[in-house]
Amino acid sequence: MDFGPHLLLAAIEGAVTAAVLALMAAGLSLVFGVMRVVNVAHGEFYMLGAVLAWVVASTLGAHPALGFVAALAIAPLIVGAVAAAADMTVLKRLDYDPERTIVATIGLLYILQQLTLMGYGPEARPVAPPFNQRLALPWVEWGDGGVQLYWPWGLSVTTYKLFVIGAAGAVLAGLWALMTRTRIGLVMRATQLDGEMALAFGIPVERVYAGVFGLGAALAALAGVLIVPIQQAHYLMGGDALLLSFIVVIIGGLGSLAGTVIAAILIGMSDGIISVFFSPTLAKIIATLLVAFVLVFRPQGLMGKPPR
Amino acid sequence: MLELDGIDAGYGPVQVLRGLSLTARPGEITCLLGRNGAGKTTTMKAIMGLLPLTAGRITLEGEDISRLPAHEVPKRGIGYIPQGRRLFSELTVAQNLEIGMRVRPSPPQVLTRVLELFPRLADRMGQRAETLSGGEQQMLATARALCLEPRVLLLDEPTEGLQPSMIEAIRQVVVRMKSEGVAILLVEQRLDAVMSSADRVVFIENGQVRDNADAADLRARPEMLKRYLGV
Ligand SMILES: Nc1ncnc2c1ncn2[C@@H]1O[C@H](COP(=O)(O)OP(=O)(O)OP(=O)(O)O)[C@@H](O)[C@H]1O
Ligand SMILES: [Mg+2]
Repeated sequence: MDFGPHLLLAAIEGAVTAAVLALMAAGLSLVFGVMRVVNVAHGEFYMLGAVLAWVVASTLGAHPALGFVAALAIAPLIVGAVAAAADMTVLKRLDYDPERTIVATIGLLYILQQLTLMGYGPEARPVAPPFNQRLALPWVEWGDGGVQLYWPWGLSVTTYKLFVIGAAGAVLAGLWALMTRTRIGLVMRATQLDGEMALAFGIPVERVYAGVFGLGAALAALAGVLIVPIQQAHYLMGGDALLLSFIVVIIGGLGSLAGTVIAAILIGMSDGIISVFFSPTLAKIIATLLVAFVLVFRPQGLMGKPPR
Repeated sequence: MLELDGIDAGYGPVQVLRGLSLTARPGEITCLLGRNGAGKTTTMKAIMGLLPLTAGRITLEGEDISRLPAHEVPKRGIGYIPQGRRLFSELTVAQNLEIGMRVRPSPPQVLTRVLELFPRLADRMGQRAETLSGGEQQMLATARALCLEPRVLLLDEPTEGLQPSMIEAIRQVVVRMKSEGVAILLVEQRLDAVMSSADRVVFIENGQVRDNADAADLRARPEMLKRYLGV
C-alpha cells in the first residue's frame, strides 16, 4: 500500500482510540474537577464495563445487536451504581481528603480487579459487534487524465468503528450540554467552585458527589462497552487505559472538558499512527515525553486554568 | 426568632465557640462585635450548619435547626452573606442569583424585586461574577441571599473594602429588610455604621459572649467599646 492510504488507515485506528479515550478521560476529569478526587480505580470501571458487556451479551444470547444494545444500556448503569455506592460508603467517610482518597481508590482497584478474576476468570472474551460491514475507502491519484479516484486494496473501515467514533462524539456533546445548559450542570459547577457555599445555598453536596462519581464511572464503563467488540474483555485491561487517561487529563488540563477532548485526539491519533508505522512502544514513549513537557512548560495543561 | 443556646463548635479538634448563646429577633439588627479571631465568622458558619456542634442547640421559630443536614438549613429561610463574598466565581451574575432562587425555591417575582434593589446587577446578568468590581460583587453576594426570601439574614462584614456610597447602598438594603420584619445578624468592624443602625450589640471574646447591650445604651456608655474592642 502507498504511504497516503496507509496513513489514512492508521488515522482511522487512531480516531477509534481517541474516541474511547476521550470518553474515559472525560469521566476522570469530571470527578477530579468537581470532587478533587484522583480516582485510581477509574480503569477498573472501564474494565467492568467491558466485562459486563460480555456478561449481558452472553446471557441474552440472542442476536448480537440485541445483546450489544442491552449491554450499552445496562453496563454503565450497574457500574455507575457500584461507583456511587463506593463513594457513599468509602470516600465520604474520608471527607474526600485528597491523599486518603488516592489510597482508598487504589484499594478499590484491587478489589474490583480480583473480584472480576474470581467471577469472570483470566480469559479474554469477545463480544460480537452489532454490525460490522466493511466499507472500502477511495484514494486519489494523479493518473493520465488528471485526478482519479481508486480503491486501494486493504483500505477500508468497518461500520462499527465509525459508530464508535460517532457515539463517543454524541455522548461528549451530551455531557457538554449537561454541564453548561442544565440545572444539574449548574449545581455541579457551583459545587466544584465552592462546596461550602453550595451547602449554604441548599445544594445537597453529598448527593452531588455520589452522582458525579457515578457519572464518571458510567462514562468509563460506556467506553469499555464500546471497545469490547474491537478488543475483547480482560480483567487486566484497565491498567493501560488508566495510564492513557491520566496522560490525556494532564495534557488537556484537569477539569477542562474541551482540553480533555483535544488531548484525547492528540494522544489517540499519535498512538494510532505511530503504532502502525513504528511500534506501539514508541507511541507510549512519545506520549509520556509529551506529559513531561507539558508538566514543565504548562503545568496547568493545554486548557486548564493556572491555580489561583 | 433565631436562638443560639450554649453552643460549642470548632474546626476538627480545635474548639472555637464555648457555650455561646445569643438571639436575633425579627425586625431587629443584632450586631456581633469582637476582635479579629474572636469567633464571629465561626458563629455564622455554625448557624448555617457548616460546622458540627459538640454542645448546645440552634432554633429558628422553635424548630431545632442544628440537627438538620447543612443543605436543609437555608431552606428554612436563612440567607448568608459570607465574609469575602464567596461568589461562584466562574458562574454569571444570573447563574449566581439562580442558585439563590432555587434554594426554597422562590417565585419568579422575587428576582424582579431583588434586581430593583440592585439595578447595577440587572445590567450585568451575563457577566462572570469574578469579573465584577468589588462593590458589585458585594451587591451580588447580598442579592444572592435575598433571592431566597430570608426570614433571617446573616451578614459577615458586608462593608469590607467598600467606598462610602457603596456602604450606604448596602446599609439601605439592610434597613429595608429590617423594616420588612427580617431578623438580621450583622458582623461589622466599622463602629459608626453599627452605632447608627444596630438595635442590639453582642460582644464576643474567645468564642464566648461577654456582654449584651441595647445600641441606645451603648451610645450612652462608650467605655464598653473600650473594654471589649480596645477602641
Ligand atoms: N478552617 C479553620 N480551621 C481551624 N481554625 C480556624 C478555621 N477558621 C477559623 N479558625 C480559627 O477560629 C478562630 C475564630 O475565627 P473566626 O473566623 O470565627 O474569627 P472572626 O471573629 O470572624 O475574625 P475576623 O474579624 O478576623 O473575621 C480563629 O482563631 C481562627 O484561627
Ligand atoms: Mg470573620
